Amino acid sequence: MDFTFTEDELAFREAISRFLMTEAAPETLREIWETDSGRSPELRSKIAEQGLTALSVPEEAGGLGLGDVAWSLMTQELGYYGIPDSMADSAYVATGLLSALPAGEKRDAWLEQVAAGELRIAVGHGCNSLVADAQSADLLLLHHTNHNGDIELHAIERALVDVTPHSSIDSSRRLARISWQPTDDSLVVSGDDAEVLLAETLNRGALSVAGQLLGLAQRMLDLSVDYVAQRKQFGRAIGSFQAVKHHLADVAAKIEFARPVLYRAAWALQKQTPDAELYVSQAKLACIDAAALAARHGIQVHGAMGYTWEVDLQMFMKRSWALIPSWGDRSFHQARVNDNLFSRVAADNQSAGPESTFGRQI
Amino acid sequence: MELTYTEKQQAFRAEVRQWLKENLPAEPLASYDTKAGFEQHREWERKLFDARLSMVMWPTELGGRGCDLIEWLIFEEEYYGAGAPMRVNQNGQLLLGPTLMEFGTQAQKEKFLPRMAASDDMWAQAWSEPNAGSDMAAISSKAIRDGDEYVINGQKTWSTRAIFADWCFGLFRTDAESSRHHGLSYLMVPLDAPGVTIRPIKALNGKQAFAEIFFDNVRVPVENRIGDDGQGWKVAMATAGFERGLLLRSPARFQQTARKLVQLYLANRRAADADPAIATKVAQAWSDAQAYALSAYYTVGRLSRGEKIGAESSINKIFWSELDLNMHQIAMDILGAQGELTDCASTSWLEGFLFAQAGPIYAGANEIQRNIVAERMLGLPKG
Repeated sequence: MDFTFTEDELAFREAISRFLMTEAAPETLREIWETDSGRSPELRSKIAEQGLTALSVPEEAGGLGLGDVAWSLMTQELGYYGIPDSMADSAYVATGLLSALPAGEKRDAWLEQVAAGELRIAVGHGCNSLVADAQSADLLLLHHTNHNGDIELHAIERALVDVTPHSSIDSSRRLARISWQPTDDSLVVSGDDAEVLLAETLNRGALSVAGQLLGLAQRMLDLSVDYVAQRKQFGRAIGSFQAVKHHLADVAAKIEFARPVLYRAAWALQKQTPDAELYVSQAKLACIDAAALAARHGIQVHGAMGYTWEVDLQMFMKRSWALIPSWGDRSFHQARVNDNLFSRVAADNQSAGPESTFGRQI
Repeated sequence: MELTYTEKQQAFRAEVRQWLKENLPAEPLASYDTKAGFEQHREWERKLFDARLSMVMWPTELGGRGCDLIEWLIFEEEYYGAGAPMRVNQNGQLLLGPTLMEFGTQAQKEKFLPRMAASDDMWAQAWSEPNAGSDMAAISSKAIRDGDEYVINGQKTWSTRAIFADWCFGLFRTDAESSRHHGLSYLMVPLDAPGVTIRPIKALNGKQAFAEIFFDNVRVPVENRIGDDGQGWKVAMATAGFERGLLLRSPARFQQTARKLVQLYLANRRAADADPAIATKVAQAWSDAQAYALSAYYTVGRLSRGEKIGAESSINKIFWSELDLNMHQIAMDILGAQGELTDCASTSWLEGFLFAQAGPIYAGANEIQRNIVAERMLGLPKG
């Protein structure tokens, strides 16, 4: 039993954090988000130079070969600094899917390109009605059910996909409805294998968003702490008032107790344990709650300033609201937890007790 | 990160499980807030001690078995998972014990810890006073040095199970001219000493769950002081965090309540589902209990990396006390009109519900804990 991160994982997180702090300041992001594409190839290649896009690419394809556990730290940084969807979707969610495929010429080439930061992949999944960053992607991973009722997974070039953009309240989002035709050439895998991969991808997408939401919650808390420490009323900093303190203490508590839930889920997904699905949904819910409370209490302690476009809180608040229902909304994940829990207790009492924090023991 | 147990850890789990299976009392013990129940619990504690299972984390020479924190968590999981009795001497074992371990002299450790582990001595805490509750630095009970003794005068209150206990420990003002956090000393006082009067306070469950302690020229030897004269506040605070954080309320207890809540819900599902929100409330509470356990494991990991925990213990206290309250509230909602009955199978939920009301108040009211979190973790200015 070792519930810690390695020195390497922690150092990598620290490096990414320091890098994004200077390279992805809110004023920079605002400028990028106002452009049509909403993306900065320059920032993207700088992030790739830091090694983030190579993080979970297998070593034989030129990557670092790390997995969900390491990503549970990185997604928090991506959330904290408001890095748009394409980074986590390509480098983490899509890469996880591709890495799980048997080695082959195409797959290996894609992974190498991802590692080098040269390939942007958008992932379409039934749980999201729109696809994020389809427009600017080079490749899309999509699925459909064929005439035999089998699930098929396809990798299709952007040029072959029709994209109808939708705008979101989160200025960083570039969402689109897509239409496409599967071809023999685009087919990657079908049947049970495809189904397993898609289920795993949903879990990875949910975990990616969970980590980002936790990072967003921390960012909103930090912004709020800064604000209430300098804003004065009645001749003193409003952060000295108990009502304000308690709002922010509650946010800190939500974050603190969501974090290890996220990490257990990441570990279970990486190891593909039988409880991974349950743990992922628990993590998504815990991180949703942390972000939702950080937004609610964050805007409250910012007063009227929190309702303005000018103050940065809005960027992170709106991004949270957009991500909360992404990769399985609250109801979806709550229903998964409820079903899993009640059926397991009905079948095996012990699996829900104190002996089973990390799954059924002896 | 490796979230599986080692073979050694699994073997320890199996050993504890087996021992509990063979030794758990056939009938539930009487409430430890009664004299008879208190003594039954003392007998149970002696049995645990004889198997070296009462204080598994303590060193062997002090009656423990030198377990690390993970093994301690495993022990707690098995203990509460098996439905074993509540720990009657926990104020001594979990509050005073670690303090003695860190600040006690060798002689004090040898004198007090093995007897505490065996529950030969039962301990009551003596922190609060009528005018020093949340504001503990307002303590006014005095212990004035007279030769090799302190002479204690004053009053303590909310002292859990003090009418049955053998000893108490707490902070006393040893410098009569001092104020606030200064001039306090940490003393241990035998409750059969001349001049000690204990008056029980009936709790809302009708039982004598706590008491007032009056000190009238009570003499205790200087060697009953832990740490230096006047350093009591520092001694108390140094361990307060750790106790509140990990030891005082181990996660297993709440996970056991959560499992029972799920069972209660499933047994009453048809009626309970008349409120469609109840299933989700149950599942959320169960997930929260797991989150508390995961946080404990994660904290153990941080400690193993040499990190210190501080205000996080206040966050823990808020979390477990509100979780406990929430779980019992949900149970009462499921029980409906049966909930008020004090003479049927569901009464344990009622008892837990009553006790849970105290959680956000004792061991530092949750409002105080939120202030601590805001000031020490988030760095907000003092009010």
